[in-house]
Amino acid sequence: MDQTLIAVLLMAVVTYLPRVVPMIFVRKRLESPFLRSFLYYVPYAALGAMTFPGILYSTGDLSSAIAGMSVALLLSFYGKGLLPVAVGAIAAVYAIQFFL
Amino acid sequence: MTFLKQKTSGAEPSRQTNSVGPVADFRSGLRKGIPIALGYIPVAFTFGVLAVNGGLSPWIAVVISLTNLTSAGQFAGTNLIIAGAPLLEITVTTFMINIRYLLMSLSLSQKIVPGTAILKRGIMAFGITDETFAVASLEQKDISFCYMLGLISCPYWGWAGGTALGALICSVLPPAVQNSMGIALYAMFIALLVPSAKQSRAALTVTLIAVAISSLLTWAPYLKQISSGWSIIITTVITCLCGALFFPREDV
Repeated sequence: MDQTLIAVLLMAVVTYLPRVVPMIFVRKRLESPFLRSFLYYVPYAALGAMTFPGILYSTGDLSSAIAGMSVALLLSFYGKGLLPVAVGAIAAVYAIQFFL
Repeated sequence: MTFLKQKTSGAEPSRQTNSVGPVADFRSGLRKGIPIALGYIPVAFTFGVLAVNGGLSPWIAVVISLTNLTSAGQFAGTNLIIAGAPLLEITVTTFMINIRYLLMSLSLSQKIVPGTAILKRGIMAFGITDETFAVASLEQKDISFCYMLGLISCPYWGWAGGTALGALICSVLPPAVQNSMGIALYAMFIALLVPSAKQSRAALTVTLIAVAISSLLTWAPYLKQISSGWSIIITTVITCLCGALFFPREDV
């Protein structure tokens, strides 16, 4: 088989493994309150870590990134959904980059 | 005030009957997947362009997106393929970047509707990305197979379709468009986090701890040498330890 295809296959395997192993092997409700609390907070922790400071480097310059982030924070604070928040942030970045 | 009361009392029964079967679950997932898919398209487009510019054929680029369905891991792996790196290096690097899915999958395993068959869990696991995990794990209800299938659908085809477009058109998007679209997925993360942070002091504190630690790992001397993949894992583990210590949950 072609070397590239083998590489792609291996990548697919090592991407799927960490996704599937816990799903398949941890089918029971974990009883430890500590562990349950730990896992409960994973989305908040992972999302926080993935968002900041990564967002500051997502647009090519700091000022437009800060503008986009501020708009996203404001819109979501006032209860707007995923799509309006994303579109608002994109528009803010576009506007800042257009004027600077 | 009366109106508000009526509204809440009217919402109660509908809340109890809201999981009215597989079709409704699938639809609700499908709807929530649409913004994710839209966020994926420009990123996947960029991936398609990079892969083809690096000398891969368009169909290989699409196969990578169809089989990997991840951003950072497949970007890094593909770069190594293009650079002619040995298979072991490609595999290990991709795996390292994807280790964070272990934590996400473990967390999500506790939210799957009890009794879901192994095969179904295996299919659900394939669709775990940073974004689908975020949406699914912040749902109020348990996650059913049909909900997850719906949630995955649009992002999956958006990711593959965006890759195909980039691979075939093979010219970069105008920088202004590319730069402004770059913030889309981050903005969605914020839109997911803020409502919970507003409601719960624990969620807010945990999020802020994560932000502080990941800033430290990005900017502090020595610590900034840690790769971004590991930085997410380290931050998540430390933050969740703090959360479990300071805000233990009785009801989860």
